Order: sequence, then structure tokens, then C-alpha cells
Amino acid sequence: MPVEVTLPQLGESTFEGTIGRWLKKPGDRVERFEPLVEIITDKVNVEMPAPVGGVLTQILVPEGQTVPVGTPIALVETAAPAEAVAAGAPAAAAAPAAPPVSQEGPRLSPVVRRLAEEHGIPLEEVARLRGSGAGGRVTKDDLLRYLQARQAAPSAAAPPAAAPAPAPAVAPVPPSPAVVLRPGDQLLRLSPLRRSVAQRMAQSKREIPHAYGVIEVDVTSLVRWREAYKDQWRAREGVNITYTAFFVRAAVEALKAFPIINSTWSDEGIILRRDINIGIGIALDEGLVVAVIKQADQKNLVGIARELEDLGRRAREGKLTLDDVQGGTFTITNPGVFGSIWSMPIIVPGQAAILATDAIVKRPVVRNDAIAIRDIMHLGLAFDHRIFDGAVADRFLHRIREKLEGFAGGDATLTDF
Amino acid sequence: MAEMRYVDALNRAHHEEMERDERVVVLGEDVGRKGGVFGVTAGLYEKFGEERVIDSPLAESSIVGVAIGMAANGLLPIAEIQFADFIHPAFDQIVSEAARMRYRSNNAFGCPLVIRTPYGGSHGTALYHSQSVEAFYAHVPGLKVVAPYTPYDAKGMLKAAVRDPDPVLFLEHKRMYRLVRGEVPEGDYIVPLGPAAVRREGRDLSVFAYGWMLHESLAAAELLAQEGIDVEVVDLRCLRPLDKETILRSVAKTSRALIVYEDNRFGGFGAEVAALIAEEAFGSLDAPVMRLAGPDVPGIPYSKPLEEWFYPTRDRIAAAMRRLAAY
Repeated sequence: MPVEVTLPQLGESTFEGTIGRWLKKPGDRVERFEPLVEIITDKVNVEMPAPVGGVLTQILVPEGQTVPVGTPIALVETAAPAEAVAAGAPAAAAAPAAPPVSQEGPRLSPVVRRLAEEHGIPLEEVARLRGSGAGGRVTKDDLLRYLQARQAAPSAAAPPAAAPAPAPAVAPVPPSPAVVLRPGDQLLRLSPLRRSVAQRMAQSKREIPHAYGVIEVDVTSLVRWREAYKDQWRAREGVNITYTAFFVRAAVEALKAFPIINSTWSDEGIILRRDINIGIGIALDEGLVVAVIKQADQKNLVGIARELEDLGRRAREGKLTLDDVQGGTFTITNPGVFGSIWSMPIIVPGQAAILATDAIVKRPVVRNDAIAIRDIMHLGLAFDHRIFDGAVADRFLHRIREKLEGFAGGDATLTDF
Repeated sequence: MAEMRYVDALNRAHHEEMERDERVVVLGEDVGRKGGVFGVTAGLYEKFGEERVIDSPLAESSIVGVAIGMAANGLLPIAEIQFADFIHPAFDQIVSEAARMRYRSNNAFGCPLVIRTPYGGSHGTALYHSQSVEAFYAHVPGLKVVAPYTPYDAKGMLKAAVRDPDPVLFLEHKRMYRLVRGEVPEGDYIVPLGPAAVRREGRDLSVFAYGWMLHESLAAAELLAQEGIDVEVVDLRCLRPLDKETILRSVAKTSRALIVYEDNRFGGFGAEVAALIAEEAFGSLDAPVMRLAGPDVPGIPYSKPLEEWFYPTRDRIAAAMRRLAAY
């Protein structure tokens, strides 16, 4: 029986995907869960496992083409291992007219479920077998025979496909007015990433009443420590120590003090998020991706630094997984690396605020009625004014500043602050 | 070793126990001069005399009540209730007195009493000579309830019952007295009250039965063997205490269970076995636990076609086995 393979929903707000590379040719056998095709989405590149086992008979979407989620991309002629199983079941032949089985779908008996679990076989896979029991029910003997056959011809165990995420509560983007191309104009087709960024930023600005707060932070002691110890630290810990790692730690501590900022707006009310998952904006040539440090409140400075380096490397290599880009509860973006000194970021939809860390620059400032040269930066917070007000935002920012300015220094053995 | 009938094995047990221990006495309707309506007590009166083999009035409550008194005073009575249908007047004596004696006296007194009674339907035995009463008594803590099938067990378990310090209800399906034959050793031996016995090994499904239904189930299993279905048949010869381990071990192997009993289906003894399997062998089940029992009518009819309609016969058991195997 030919089965249509469709482009899956890969992530919360993925609407389309581009066929990167077919890993099988028409005529090839493919096992269930065996990688079938590389799919490029706006966020990640994934190898899509085959949803069924069989022979790839036809490729419907060629490499490089972008299609919406749900589009049939290939046909797979399913193998029929279950028939082979059924053929080996003598009891079925001997059994007289069995009572009709109700049409409520395949039923799996307790022992079949237990055996399947013990052998790590998904119940859906078992339910697909053609059984010798009444109405095609899979019996214990059927399953035992299937297990034997399976062991005789082991297939590469592959992780199951990512569960489709629930449909995002995103209003469709209204169609743009027709655009006229004038002579000499050039149309840059949107990459999936560009389209996703556009949709989400527009959605955020459309739905979220943004308000802003900016503070100035004196990070002189932090800069001095880093200049003095970053090489030793790297030798010791094996990763670079970046300012961002300190900003993440300071933000996490402030979020713990102001849980309202680690939240999501909904019509039912404000959802306070238990986990503190910090999204980090990573600039790529194609556009911006946000990778997420999960449960950042449970990681120390070393752990944060290590994860930052890992996420950045994998983002550049196009090896982020879906899990890497989902679940953020608060975002830190770092326009400072490009020299910006005063930024007004856009909140990631589903979050309450975003923190921009601007460039650290030496400025003359007044200290004890004298002019001093200090390392100064701005921290800019954009926040959803539906969820909380400016006073909270300012106290939150001050909390971060206290943490950063209170940095006590130390030597290369520093592991947290 | 001699092959003998079920009734002869029981008779041998009586003779041997009365010879072995002079505290053993027999009482009941027609157990003395007549030797019992089925002949189970034949020859006892002549050998042991009217002091130890007592023909009682037709008063079942009195038979059991007197036996309880004997047991309380150092004798080892075997009371016969001529038909299980007539045991009901003695229900109070059995349940409220005999079964409770040890518990009520905080272990000071036991009640070493055996109550034997023929049960179940045979040809034309109808409403008043056909009843199955095991469910009433298996419900009662303090009683042992047994229903041996083989002549070997009949002798060995009756001896065990006589020597048991507590009351035992000893059920004999009346069809078996002269139909069931088997090897029975000479001399003394005991079959302990408790363990079940796997009478036929099989791998496709398990059938649990006792008494005449075991006989029919074994015959049905032979029919199915010719069809390629391998049935395990377990003899639940002791209903209380019940041998859970043997039952659960069998279900763990076959994953399918059928319980056969002649009593009315609703609330019958098989329901307890079914509940046990459902509770403790759930993860082994590949099919719903199934019961085959008598229909829920107030008695086994006298009319031949209606009587035939009532019984779980070997053909009906075979049909149930096929249904279960095909599930």
C-alpha cells in the first residue's frame, strides 16, 4: 500500500520547509525511523525519519524546493512484515468463526502491551501488525513471532520523529499590497529564516504593547578581570569566558527575584513560567536565530559559558536541533557586538521581555566628585506593558546592574559570580 | 495398585480411617444399615457397629450440630449430608458454629469435622437433587472446601480431611461415583488440602475446573488437541484455601483463562478465580477472562431437553475454548 509522506510540522511556528537532500533514491528500501530526507526550516536543519518502512517509490518534491507543512513529499510502498507474521500463524487457520470485533480500532491486550514495552517497541508499530486474533487483533503469539523476526533482521535503531507541536496561536499575516518592481530593482526571495523572522517580529509589534527602560552600568571591574584572566580561564575551563555569560547569570538572578518577568501573556491570565530558559540571539549570515539555554537558573558561570559556546558553534554549523530553539522564557540579545550603544529590541512572541546588551565603551564619568574613565554599557529592556509596568522593569534593571557592578573579581579559578 | 471407582476410593478411605483411629465416627441419613444411598459408607456398620456408624433422623441441622458436639468432645466425625440440596438447614451450624469455633475461642477449640455431600446434576436429578453449593461455603473463612476429582485424590483428601483440625466441606459430584475410575494405592497416604493439580499441560489456554466439570473439560481439551489447540487443564480440587500460585503460573504461561463450573454463573465460584486472575495476572492476559457456567435459573430442570440445555457439556466447553483461542 503506498503511503504519502508529508512535510511534518517541525517546531512551534514553522509553516514551510525546504527539501535539503534526499537520503534515499526511488527504489531504495527504507526502514521505519531511518533518515529519509534532510529538511531545512527557518530555524534548524533536520533529518526527517521515515514514518513508515517500505520502498521509496516516488519523490514528489525535489531538492531545494520549499513547500508548506503538510505537503506530500514522497510515496513509500509499505513493507508487509505483518503479513508474513500472519502467514506463520497456524492457530488462526484452525480457529472457527471468531466473534466480530468492535470497530473501535485496534485493541492491544495487557500482555501484548507489556511485551512491547519490555522490548521497546512502540505500540503504534504493534497495532499496525496484522494479527491472527479476532478481527485481526494482534495476539501475544503474533507479537512473539514478530519479535523473533525483528531480532533476526535488526534495523538501525533511530529516534522517533519529533512529536508535532500544537498549532501555534498566530494570526495569519495579512497579504501585503501588491509591490511594483521598477526597472533595475531586484527581488530577493525570502528565505524560510527571513520569512519566519519577519512574521514573528511583525506579530510581536502588532500584538504586544512594547515599553522600554534603559540603564547605564559600570562594568569596569568585570572588564579588568576578564582582560586579566580570560586566557588562563580558557586554559582552565576549556571554553571562552564572554561578557554574555555574566549577563545571563545576572539576568537569571534578577528573573528569580521578579518572576512576573519570566512569564507569558494569555487571555486567561499571566502564566508564570517555572523554568527559566534564556534565549540567546545568534546572528548568522542568513539572519537571526535564538538558541535557548534551558533551566539556566541551575547552571553556574562555567556551565553557561560552555553552553553559549556550544550553541553558537552549532548555530553556525547549522546543527541546532528543534529542542535547541524552543521553550525560551526570556531573551538576551547582544547588539553590542556590532557596536550599538542604545538598542530597543523586539520581544519574542510568547515572552514578557527582552534584554539588549549594548557595547561596552570607555567614558568619562563622575566618581566621588572627580572625573574618572570607566567601562560603561547600556542595558535596554523592552517589556510587554500588559504584563507589568515601568516600575517593575526599572527595579529589574537595577537588580542586574547591582549584580554586575558588584562583581568582586578574583582570579582564574572563578566558576560563578 | 488397583484401579477403582471414585465411590470405592471414598469407601476405602472410610474403612482405613476408622480402623486407624477409633475416634472416627460416621453419621448421616442411611449411612449405617443401607451403607449410604450411593454406597460410600458400605460395610462400615457391619465392621464398626452402631456406636460408630450412626443412622440419623432426616434433620440436617441436627446431623451437623451433633457432629460439632462430637468434634468438640474429642471425636473425629464424618457427617454425610445425603444430597447437597438438603444442606441448607445446616447452614447456620456450619457457618455460624463450626467455621467460627477456632476464631471465636481464640484458638482454644477447633472443630475437626468432615461434612461430605454429593452435589451437582445427574440424569433426571432435577431441582432437589442437583444443586451446586460450593460458592456459599467457599465464601466463609474458617471452612475448607474441597472437591476432589480423581479416585486417588478422593481417598487421599478424605484422609487429610479427617485428620484436619478444622471443619472441611467435602464435595463429591454425584456423576463421578461410578463413572470416574483411577489408580488408587493400597494403604495409607495423604493428599494435602490446598494445592491445585495441573491435569493436562498445554500452552494455548488454561481451563480451571473441579469435579465433574474437570472431567468434561479434559474431554473437551482432547477434542481441541485434534484441532491443533493445546489446552492446559487445572484441577482446582481445593476451593478454599485456593492455590493462587498454580493458577497464576498457568495464566502467565498461556495468557488466556477459562473457568468452568456447573453452578449458576452469577456469583459462582468461578467469579472468584476470574477476579484473582484479573487482579494478579493482568499483565499476562492476552484475552478477557472467560467463564462458562450453568445458566441463571433457579434449578436444573427435570425435562430432558431443558436439563440438556442447562449443563456445560464437553461440547459447550470445547466451543468456549475455541472462542477463547480465537480471540
